[in-house]
Amino acid sequence: MDAKLIPTATQTAGPFFHFGLLRPEWADLTDGGKAKGDKIVLEGRVTDGDGAPLSDAIVEIWHANAAGKYAHPEDAQDKPFDPHFRGFGRAFTDKDGVYRFTTVKPGAVPGRGNALQAPHIAMSIAARGLLHHLFTRVYFVGEGLNASDPVLATVEDTARQRTLIAAPNGKANGATVWRFDVVLQGKGETVFFDF
Amino acid sequence: MTEIREYNHERAGGQPSNDWPAYTSTIKRHPQRQPVALKQTLTEITGPTFTSGWTGPEATDLTKQHKGEPLGERMILAGRVLDEDGRPVPNTLVEIWQANAAGRYAHASDTHPAPLDPNFTGRGHMVTNEKGEYRFLSIIPGAYPWRNTYNAWRGKHVHFSVFGPAFATRVITQMYFPGDPLLEFDPIYNSVPDEAARKRMISRYDPNLSEAEWALGYRFDIVLRGRHATPAGL
Ligand SMILES: [Fe+3]
Repeated sequence: MDAKLIPTATQTAGPFFHFGLLRPEWADLTDGGKAKGDKIVLEGRVTDGDGAPLSDAIVEIWHANAAGKYAHPEDAQDKPFDPHFRGFGRAFTDKDGVYRFTTVKPGAVPGRGNALQAPHIAMSIAARGLLHHLFTRVYFVGEGLNASDPVLATVEDTARQRTLIAAPNGKANGATVWRFDVVLQGKGETVFFDF
Repeated sequence: MTEIREYNHERAGGQPSNDWPAYTSTIKRHPQRQPVALKQTLTEITGPTFTSGWTGPEATDLTKQHKGEPLGERMILAGRVLDEDGRPVPNTLVEIWQANAAGRYAHASDTHPAPLDPNFTGRGHMVTNEKGEYRFLSIIPGAYPWRNTYNAWRGKHVHFSVFGPAFATRVITQMYFPGDPLLEFDPIYNSVPDEAARKRMISRYDPNLSEAEWALGYRFDIVLRGRHATPAGL
């Protein structure tokens, strides 16, 4: 708390990041299908205050493996680590504002104290016009734990809470497609978190 | 019982607000609602990890990614990734991208009529060592015009992406150059309210880092959020 150095401020990624941050292999978190668990596709459209798609956004995701364990040294849970799942993904939106990941459905992870969190995916969005990236979370419709999830509970307005919940949208190569749109501004604005 | 050692909150004025109309692209893109305060959990205090063997030397020497040498002033760009308490952040990925010496990006959407350099892409990455250090060889980027307002120019800058130890420590920023007269007029640079935080984005010319008859040395340290000393259970 007695911090001495001033943290570096964020700045926009601008419109010309694609060649610099391009790692197409990071849009598949399953190591070519080898990761354990239910394969899913997570996709959606990112739109602005006019409903126009963002063709220049960077979407990054971080989540636990199918057993609910993070590939990180600070996750001390006695749950199986999956060597084929590192839990991190990056995708750019295309000209229609659409991003797409192939991953596995995460397991439930502990919250603070004795709380349990519903399965979820942490997401960050950076783009031209965003001086600071935005944090949100993706939950899955129909999960029993959603009703008791401590983070969802902090969003009291149920209409706003719905902006955090992905819905199934057909299948692709046997995997369930989960749709999660991100509205940066205005009607139906996605809930963004500060932490 | 899961105890969490939280990352410090961002300080008031130390970060830009997305609601910053001087940078016109923010107008339709900034959220209008207050962000919801989230108490950090295991999700936020963990994040992607990287190993030191992950990148090769071609990724750190931006002057050797093509057949010939790029045009421009050679620059050694080095620094450390630290936390607020000055502790090094090892094994974290640093990605950079930049315009060429003429101020043109190797990007299909960049229509600035300055020459492309067939010997320069302007992309590099490396994983910090045990002391949190990184080092690139590149060329000094040029300033470039943009259409934010009439006759607007961006000062010379290098874009940086840094992860740090957790999803909470993610930073995408830009590094500027000392003495650049364009900074005063740049709404992106000036979006950071706190002057000291703003100046942290300016690199420092370091004669000891320069190599005689070869390259200019610029130092740029990146400071990530530190952590609370004691864990919180609830
Ligand atoms: Fe730029």
